[in-house]
Amino acid sequence: MSGVRVLVGTHKGAFVLTSDGKRAKWDVSGPHFAGWELYHLKGSPADPNRIYASQTSGWFGQIIQRSDDGGKTWHQPGTPPGEPAPGPGAMPKGDSNKFVYDTSEKTGKPLTTHQFYDGNQHPWEFKRVWHLEPSLTDPDTVYAGVEDAALFRSTDGGKSWQELAGLRGHGTGPQWQPGAGGMCLHTIVLDPGNPKRIFVAISAAGAFRSDDAGKTWRPINRGLKSQYIPNPEAEVGHCVHRIALHPSRPNVLFMQKHWDVMRTDNAGDSWTEVSGNLPTDFGFVIDVHAHEPETVYVVPIKSDGEHFPPEGKLRVYRSRTGGNEWEALTKGLPQSDCYVNVLRDAMAIDSLDKCGVYFGTTGGQVYASTDAGDNWAPIVRDLPAVLSVEVQTLQ
Amino acid sequence: MIRVVLPPHLRGLARISGEVQLEIGGQPTVRAVVDALEAQFPMLQGTIRDHVTQQRRPFLRFFACEEDLSHESPDAPLPDAVVSGKEPLLIVGAIAGG
Repeated sequence: MSGVRVLVGTHKGAFVLTSDGKRAKWDVSGPHFAGWELYHLKGSPADPNRIYASQTSGWFGQIIQRSDDGGKTWHQPGTPPGEPAPGPGAMPKGDSNKFVYDTSEKTGKPLTTHQFYDGNQHPWEFKRVWHLEPSLTDPDTVYAGVEDAALFRSTDGGKSWQELAGLRGHGTGPQWQPGAGGMCLHTIVLDPGNPKRIFVAISAAGAFRSDDAGKTWRPINRGLKSQYIPNPEAEVGHCVHRIALHPSRPNVLFMQKHWDVMRTDNAGDSWTEVSGNLPTDFGFVIDVHAHEPETVYVVPIKSDGEHFPPEGKLRVYRSRTGGNEWEALTKGLPQSDCYVNVLRDAMAIDSLDKCGVYFGTTGGQVYASTDAGDNWAPIVRDLPAVLSVEVQTLQ
Repeated sequence: MIRVVLPPHLRGLARISGEVQLEIGGQPTVRAVVDALEAQFPMLQGTIRDHVTQQRRPFLRFFACEEDLSHESPDAPLPDAVVSGKEPLLIVGAIAGG
C-alpha cells in the first residue's frame, strides 16, 4: 500500500503529515522542536526513514536533527540523548551543529569577505542552514546550504560537516551580496543522471553549477535580466529564488527568479524567460510535475514589496508547455481576501499517479491537490507560518 | 555544587526539566560552568556560545544574584552565593524579537 509523508517546517516547529495513497485522510504529528524555527526537513531518497532537519534560532544558533524512523523520534547525529561528552581522542559530540568555513590553503582560495549592503567587504559569518539535500543514493551523505552563502557536505549522516570551498573560492565570491532575506544558499539540486553534477542557487548572487561533485564551480546566469543591475550581462548579482528539474531531463531547469520565470535547456549555460501570461512573474516557489516534464507550477506573488497573491486570490499557475502558457488553478483555494505568501521551499510534488502537489503558506495552511493541481483542499489550516514543505512517496 | 537554570528551549534540547547541578573542579567561573554543562549535555554545544569563537551568543545573557554577569570576563570568579549553591546561575534568552 502506497502512502505519502509530508514534512512541514514552520516558524515554531516541525510537523509530519501522513496519509495513505488516497491522500484523503491525514494524520498530523507535531509540533516537533516546538518553539524553534524549522527552516527545512527532507528525507533521503535512498532510505525514506532517514530524515534530516534544520532547527535554528536567532537566540541559540543552529541544530541539525536526524530521524531514522520516519520522523517518529529525533536526535542530533552523533549525540544520542543521555550520553555525556567523550574523553580525549574519541569522536567529539556536538559537532553535528558545527559549520566552520574552510579557510585552509590546500582546498583552494580561502575567502574571508563578501560585499555587504553598504558596498564594503564584510566577513563571512555563519548564521543558519536554509536547505538540506540528502544524496540520491547514500543515506549518510547530505548537503547543507547555509547563510552566509556556502555549501557544506556531511558523509557520516550529519555527524560532521565540511565545506565544499570551491564554490566560494571560484572567483566571484567577493561580489556576492545579501538579498533582503540574507545571503543564503537556499537551493541544492542533484542531477539524478550524473552524480558529479550539482546545481545551487544563492540570494542574491545567482545560480552555480559543479560538474566534478562540488570541487569546482561556475556561475550559470547568462540570460538572466535583473532590474537595477548596471551591467545587463552581469555574471553574478541575480536574486534567484528557486530552481527545479524533472529527473528524466536534468538539463532542463526551471527557475523562479525575484522577477521572471526562466528556463534553460542546456543545464544553465543560457536561460530564456517563460513568464508568458502570468499575472505577475514575481514569486518564490517553482516545481515540476512528477510524470510530465513540461508541466510546471508556480505561485505568483504580487511584487517584491507586496508579498501576497495578486487581488487577494491564491492561485497556483500551471504550464503544460514548459512555460509561457499558464493556466490558473483555483478550485479549493481562497479566491478573496487572501494575503499569505508561499516561501521558496514550501512546494513539493509526490510521485503517485495522479501526482500530488503540496504547498504551505505563511498563514499556516498546507494545501494539497491529489490530481496534479486541478482541485485543492487544505490538509491543515492553522499551523505557524510555513517555511518549507517536502513530500516523500512511500511504497 | 553549582545550580544552573537554562531557558526552556535549551532544556528541551537537552531533554531535561528543572535545574542542572554541576560539579566544577577548580575556580568556578562562567567558562568553567559552560564547559561542564557542554560536557554533560553535548547537544548544547554551540547553543550558548559560538562553536569556534567561544563568544556568548548575542541574545543570551548570564545572571546571578540579581546581577548581569554577561559582560564580565568568562574567567571571572562567580559570586559566592552561586559557588555555595545558595543562588543559581541563570542563563537567559533575551526578550527580543516580539
